[in-house]
Amino acid sequence: MANVLVFIDNPGDALKKSNLELLTLGRSLGETAVALNGELHDGVAATLAEYGAGKILRPSAQDLDDYLVAPKAAYLAAAAAETGAGTVLLDNSPEGKEIAARLGVRLNAGVITDVVAVDADGTAHKSVLAGSYNTAAKATTAVSVLTVKANNVTPEPSAVPSAPETVIVEVPADSTAAAARVTERRQKVASGRPDLTDARIVVAGGRGLDGDFGPVEQLADALGAAVGASRAATDAGWISHDAQVGQTGKTVSPQLYISAGISGAIQQKAGMQTAKVIVAVNKDAESPVFEIADFGIIGDLFDVLPQATEEIKRRKG
Amino acid sequence: MKIIVLVKHVPDAQFDRHLNGEGYTTDRSESILSELDEYALEAALQLAEARGGSKAGNQVIALSMGPSGAVNAVKKSLQMGATEGVHLTDDALAGSDAAATSLAIAAAIRHLGADAPVDLVLTGMASTDGETSLVPAQLAERLGLPQVTFASSLEVDGGRLTARRDADTYSETVEAPLPAVVSVTDQINEPRYPNFKGIIAAKRKTITTLSLSDIGVDPAQVGHAGSWTRVTSAEERPPRTAGTIITDEGDAGIKLVDFLAAQKLL
Repeated sequence: MANVLVFIDNPGDALKKSNLELLTLGRSLGETAVALNGELHDGVAATLAEYGAGKILRPSAQDLDDYLVAPKAAYLAAAAAETGAGTVLLDNSPEGKEIAARLGVRLNAGVITDVVAVDADGTAHKSVLAGSYNTAAKATTAVSVLTVKANNVTPEPSAVPSAPETVIVEVPADSTAAAARVTERRQKVASGRPDLTDARIVVAGGRGLDGDFGPVEQLADALGAAVGASRAATDAGWISHDAQVGQTGKTVSPQLYISAGISGAIQQKAGMQTAKVIVAVNKDAESPVFEIADFGIIGDLFDVLPQATEEIKRRKG
Repeated sequence: MKIIVLVKHVPDAQFDRHLNGEGYTTDRSESILSELDEYALEAALQLAEARGGSKAGNQVIALSMGPSGAVNAVKKSLQMGATEGVHLTDDALAGSDAAATSLAIAAAIRHLGADAPVDLVLTGMASTDGETSLVPAQLAERLGLPQVTFASSLEVDGGRLTARRDADTYSETVEAPLPAVVSVTDQINEPRYPNFKGIIAAKRKTITTLSLSDIGVDPAQVGHAGSWTRVTSAEERPPRTAGTIITDEGDAGIKLVDFLAAQKLL
């Protein structure tokens, strides 16, 4: 069976859902090993066994987080060699993609990003040009490196749990020589809302909010949703740039996307048109967003959103 | 300083974009300078201007790889203020994936650094067509240089750079020795528009055309032949169609919740 290497970066006390998705996908492709960076807590070790990881690799160096990606790529290249991996799976975060990029050059391996599914023969499926095409691509090299988008695989523990051995992998000593060093890192205050890119529901606001994100945030909280924004709203400084959905922001693919006060210019559509269900609320009946909405409301979001929020609270009791 | 800015000629996202041909490559008619590359160019121009501009020997070289039309991205960069332009073009480059693209661009950068070393390579945070953001990191790996991606601020002092990066859960400051590869976000600056003076001045600036033989790259290493990934199928998604549109008559919020309940989304 093919060997698959799954990269898990700093899991903390428990694995994230996206980690479990990678482990589940990996198992469908072959014998999985995990290259871990950071502490290995007991709970994580137990979950890795539950998900059938055959081996847990850990780096010889503890300072990989002090540099930008280069030493992590060097570690993963060594881990891939150690396990004879034919496929390396990483998450699709900006950092995951960069590690994949450098790893690809190190291993002479084709890299495919934004993957949503992988066939048994290694063919990877993704959507390109802002969701207007679905493509299938395959690495032509002995090893393939794939970064996989969250929420496309249902995590399932292995039918046969494993008892993984832990192996230390030597990180090449020169891997930090040509790397940028992190001199300061500040954690941002957590919003308590789900992460925008992985959220099942996104409520997004735009120019029509006129500076007041309150109605969007309240509806999001009633639905357990993440808050997104158009570029107009982030450029105006009404909400952090992190919330921007669109071509120059984040691409989201939730079950439900509620667009409020956003006209739906093509750059916005680019970030959200693969959402399963799109709801739009806008005063302007001519807004392009109505062309793609499954349910559109021509109306004032300051009336519609609070009414919907109250109704959801009432029904949820 | 000698700064190379990578600029890409990409299909205008205002129009429908298409994949065609044997390798499902992007149709590049209706193309423009990638919006995200303007931020990299502006960052380069500001660094050069802070050091006395071209009179003090600062160079901002706009480098574009692509078919004949890609020279337009170089021309626009010259109008904005780049001091010179380079167009890497060769039929064998068509269909290059990120790995092959980074190989060719790395060779072009080595070629351009042969007379005087390059201090900095600047790029946008992603291309607006492929959107993989792989090339800056692969370029850094091939050139053996530090990479700083998604910089939302950039300062250069002596032989070091300092940049700020904002991720979802943290914000960090990083440092790297020059030379380095840096990609910048659209938060770093406000790109200037080419003015009349810039447009006139651009006509006198040189655009050098490079082929693969100029930069010592074997055609088999690039294009479809040299790519490490292959697109095996591409299907245009059916356009989304509009669903139910209602006008609020005082109960649209309730109807919205009814819709969500019917879709089992509550």
